[in-house]
Amino acid sequence: MAKSEDKVVLSAMWSAGCGSHGGCGAEIYVKDGKVIRVEGDRKHPFNQGRLCPKGLAIPQYMYHPNRVTHPLKRVGERGEGKWEQITWDEAYDTIEARLKDIREKHGAESVIFCQGTGRDIGGPITFLMYAYGSPNWVQVGLAGHACYTPRLGAMFATQGAYCVLDASQFLEKRYDSPEWTPPKYIIMWAQNPIAGCHDGFYGHWIIDCMRRGSKLIVIDPRATWLTSRAEVHLQNRPGTDGAIALGMLNVIINEELYDKEFVEKWCYGFDELKERVQEYPPEKVAEISWVPKELIIQAARLYATNKPSAIQWGEPVDAMPAGSVVAQAINHLWAITGNIDNPGGNVIARNSHGVTTYPFSSAELTYLYGEELVKKLNEKRIGADRYPMIKNFRGWVQPDVLIEQLETDKPYKVHGAWIQTSNILGGQAADPRRHYEAMKKLDFIVCVDLFQNPTTMALADIFLPAATFCEKESFRSWWQPLCVTVKAVDEVGECKSDWDINLEMAKRLATNPIKYETARDLFNDRLKDGNTDYETLAKKGGWEYPPEGHPTRPYLRHERGLLRKDGKPGFDTPTGKVELYAKRYEEWGLDPLPYYEEPAESPVATPDLYKEYPLILTTGRRSPVFFHSEHRMIPWLRELDPDPVVEINPQTAKDLDVVNGEWVYIENHRGRVKHRVKVTATAHPRVATTPHGWWLPETEGKAPNLFSTWDYNINNLTTMGNQGKSGFGGTDYRSSLCRITKIRD
Amino acid sequence: MARNGLLIEYEYCTGCHACEVACKQEHNFSDGMVGIRVDEVETVGPDKVHLDFIPFTTRFCDLCADRTKTGDVPACVKHCQAMCMMYGPVTELVKAMESRPRSAIIAPL
Repeated sequence: MAKSEDKVVLSAMWSAGCGSHGGCGAEIYVKDGKVIRVEGDRKHPFNQGRLCPKGLAIPQYMYHPNRVTHPLKRVGERGEGKWEQITWDEAYDTIEARLKDIREKHGAESVIFCQGTGRDIGGPITFLMYAYGSPNWVQVGLAGHACYTPRLGAMFATQGAYCVLDASQFLEKRYDSPEWTPPKYIIMWAQNPIAGCHDGFYGHWIIDCMRRGSKLIVIDPRATWLTSRAEVHLQNRPGTDGAIALGMLNVIINEELYDKEFVEKWCYGFDELKERVQEYPPEKVAEISWVPKELIIQAARLYATNKPSAIQWGEPVDAMPAGSVVAQAINHLWAITGNIDNPGGNVIARNSHGVTTYPFSSAELTYLYGEELVKKLNEKRIGADRYPMIKNFRGWVQPDVLIEQLETDKPYKVHGAWIQTSNILGGQAADPRRHYEAMKKLDFIVCVDLFQNPTTMALADIFLPAATFCEKESFRSWWQPLCVTVKAVDEVGECKSDWDINLEMAKRLATNPIKYETARDLFNDRLKDGNTDYETLAKKGGWEYPPEGHPTRPYLRHERGLLRKDGKPGFDTPTGKVELYAKRYEEWGLDPLPYYEEPAESPVATPDLYKEYPLILTTGRRSPVFFHSEHRMIPWLRELDPDPVVEINPQTAKDLDVVNGEWVYIENHRGRVKHRVKVTATAHPRVATTPHGWWLPETEGKAPNLFSTWDYNINNLTTMGNQGKSGFGGTDYRSSLCRITKIRD
Repeated sequence: MARNGLLIEYEYCTGCHACEVACKQEHNFSDGMVGIRVDEVETVGPDKVHLDFIPFTTRFCDLCADRTKTGDVPACVKHCQAMCMMYGPVTELVKAMESRPRSAIIAPL
């Protein structure tokens, strides 16, 4: 094949299309105005030339025959699948008229602004929402807000900063940086980094560290590639991670393996924590978690006595009962061992250069939009009155409260929804049927997306076609480096970037004049905080690290007075220390110390139900070729993972009389879906693991089928309303009960 | 002319499928056709279950002739997320293999 591209554009990926959270550097090869292929950029420190399957399949995604490339309006009933192509002007006019009408009659809060996973969408959607005047930014159906927020909240409460495993990602020379050292041990806690770039962390950095000597301790209910290579594998009962963390704290404290100097100097509430963890001796934790106590003790000793060591954790932590408490307990492990902001430990992660792309914390919202607005928004934000942690930490709606409100219209009725690159019904929502019924009632719904999916098909009145990263400009500061997405080709059809759509819409809907002419003006305004601008970054190859000494650059910033506004050494918490006893939790009406809570449904909590449903169901097993509910229509990817697969142990399969490859029902008292069985010794005999987000784009899209989402989406077996006391966590995405039956009809 | 091949350190192959999709994109292969496939190998040891992945070239692999003639490496090697693939003359790969446990050389052409 001839390689006669006209140009190669360097750009950052963080968008629908490639999907995931990573900020990979891409080389976009363009010929005759079309993207002919996308490769990794070797000079980009994030991925160093590599790319994942989703990134490599971009041309097929962009030019897919089913991609929606013109604005559409619904002409039949919702779900009938009757659409008519309209102009952008007509789409904008309609949306403007309807949303203004709703605002006038019912108030701006009665329109919810819905996004999915954490990509660049957080910037444009908040911009539009605040221009319109609504406080209701939400990941609809995400039970317990179980996606990083519980962990972020726990970290904020504990040390006033977020920490991530230090794989040298904060330094431009990466592994060659003289100040970096690999973690001696890595605890991989409830995450399979091979399958993606969760929470902005390039998964294969773990492998890079392994090659440089890092050893592994893995906490995972299944055996994986990583556990094959781990020194210790704690194969736990799903949902019991909180107990394991407390058991490890017990060992480290009682055997005096913690970093005494660090605790003495920088931690607050050690004695209280010491007292609390006495309730969790390893014997008791072993009984709760199925993990032999010797392994819990071994893991604790290895981690505590080998400094630096680091913890990398996953979304299941958020989904645990009381997710923000489990996260707090895990956070305490790195705190009492002094593995904070040290090379090879859990380094403090801040948005590069202090630039905000995606203002998720209350502090960032206040900075961008002012205290007055944030205060005003909190009065009507759904769930903020019930959960002080939600009110004070992050600018989102509590999704379990939202679904109640959608059904009861109390305290006020929701009339409209702006849903942007979020497949609620086929993806994130627990109990999607309940969300379908509730959202169908709304007066007006706009969906911005790239393909029709169960959500757009079921709910959209207007469909606006969005662009992939190759067709748009954007910027990224999560966490490092500071990057820009550079437009390589004109938009496919009439697609538009999310930033352009939202800026244009905001100009029509805003109650105060919008000060930006173009999206580029907005980027440059925000990039001022980093003393740079879009053009400069694009010219440099698309990325930049903050200069030496900058507070968004490691290490040991608590010693250097770089964490607090007053410039004093210490942490940005009420006591100035790492709060093992969290004053902020106390202020929010929560237990300031970590504890263990049993899953709502389990052999222990619901023994009668367990007799009927004798397998523990854990969902959300990641596929390396899909991101959440995306990519099922991309042939290069689907070929590699064609069916929704439930993994079960050979003994379980034998007991059930099912064989490898057989289609079965997975069912519980909430619903039933079909999956194909994979018989594998990697599965625990008492656990069934499934992926999430399955729908079949090749099947009928019209209701009631909605691309077969009711038949295959495992979330039909999950529920809302189990949220933890903080409003965070407590879902059954990761631990509920089910049975598997043969299909006999 | 030196015979070229691929050295695969399968100790580090995570089964991420990047090589397969890189190959598909490079050659614009249609469904089912690909120059490299990753196999999963599960073995049950006395104390743990082992999971390994091993990429193997198919008869459609041309070692990315168009790329390598300009000095670049094959698309699979470049994009391998675990960086466990090496391209070069087989004689040199053999030398590199000396220090790499659990590895294999494939010379498809």
